[in-house]
Amino acid sequence: MADTDYDLVIIGAGPAGLTAGIYAARARMKVLLLEKAVPGGQILVTDWIENYPGFPEGISGYDLAEKMRIQAQDLGLEIETVQVHALNLSEGIKEIVLKDRSIRTKSLIIASGASPKKLGIGEDKYMGKGISFCATCDAPFFKNKTVVAIGGGDTAVQEAIFLTKFAKKVYLVHRRDELRATKILQERAFANDKIEFVWDSVATGVNGFFGIEGVHVKNIKTNKETTIKADGCFIWVGILPNTEFIKDSVKTDEFGFIVADAKMQTNVPGVYVAGDVRDTPLRQISTAVGDGAIAAVCAEHYIENL
Amino acid sequence: MAENIIEIDDDSFEEIVLKSDKPVMVDFWAPWCGPCKAIGPTVEALSQTYGDQMRFTKVNVDENPLSPSKYGVQAIPTLIFFKNGEIAEQITGMVAKEKLEETIKGIL
Repeated sequence: MADTDYDLVIIGAGPAGLTAGIYAARARMKVLLLEKAVPGGQILVTDWIENYPGFPEGISGYDLAEKMRIQAQDLGLEIETVQVHALNLSEGIKEIVLKDRSIRTKSLIIASGASPKKLGIGEDKYMGKGISFCATCDAPFFKNKTVVAIGGGDTAVQEAIFLTKFAKKVYLVHRRDELRATKILQERAFANDKIEFVWDSVATGVNGFFGIEGVHVKNIKTNKETTIKADGCFIWVGILPNTEFIKDSVKTDEFGFIVADAKMQTNVPGVYVAGDVRDTPLRQISTAVGDGAIAAVCAEHYIENL
Repeated sequence: MAENIIEIDDDSFEEIVLKSDKPVMVDFWAPWCGPCKAIGPTVEALSQTYGDQMRFTKVNVDENPLSPSKYGVQAIPTLIFFKNGEIAEQITGMVAKEKLEETIKGIL
């Protein structure tokens, strides 16, 4: 396989992709990392990270992303800002299709991550005008205002707590009657008197002329509909895999997440997956970096045996 | 930051942005906003390429509350592109370099 540009190409510069890059660069593989926006991935929109070991006081998402990027680039990892449009995968050479050229590589790690799921309540119209997925970006615009947060998982609860630093009142709307978030976050949320819980309820829409004035909420047990008067609406109801460019080139589960074995290898030999885009029971920075390390080392073994 | 990107404030907004004879990009940002810092290098790179045809500016929303409120900015990073004093395009959130470049080309 002389006719390739790289030993390894990594798609996505979140924690999984950057870790894979660190391992591949140290293994002296000829490696390129492709990132469509900026290195860091979803941790860039995370205000504060408390569950990644090594930072007892916690660390901001931006700072952690920057440290990972610097570590990878100092080791010689080449990062290119470009979007991947398609993949042509075979057992032999893997081709990555960009806008104006293609890259040929012996092995590939897909670490393209995930994006916040939308509810279809007007996100496109009100995005940046009252609806948000990012408290660390937008919370200060809601100083002494009332906001609605939607969701019951770790992200929703942690970010709702962060919102209380600015907002005078946060309604946390959740479709069940208990939270899914980890206990320490639940304890903090229940102890926070700025947070009011709206159980068994889903958001059905928003209204407002320039920005948001109210969020329509329906109780799914009683079917009663109400409107919460609020200036902002933050949505954290799960994620969708970033797999538009993948189509049917690798096997995915019913939700579109990529399926892999214990070596992080997909159904295509030499094609690996790491991080949130993988079909995995837990999506954390700590699991993403583990995935990235395994994928890079297994990719190295794979090309050694070609 | 590079001299390619002009730091503006509420007072200079009209003169530098609205009265410009070239199209202007305004990057609404704040020091506490990680994603704003993260897109910095992308905007910087594009300002190197398109700086002759478009004026690149940034405004700190903490120090200059009037400009974001005038344009309904409630989220950052927000990039607003002005042409002849009017809004031509608006992009909120993290954005791929390719999309940003297409937007700039569309305005020029």
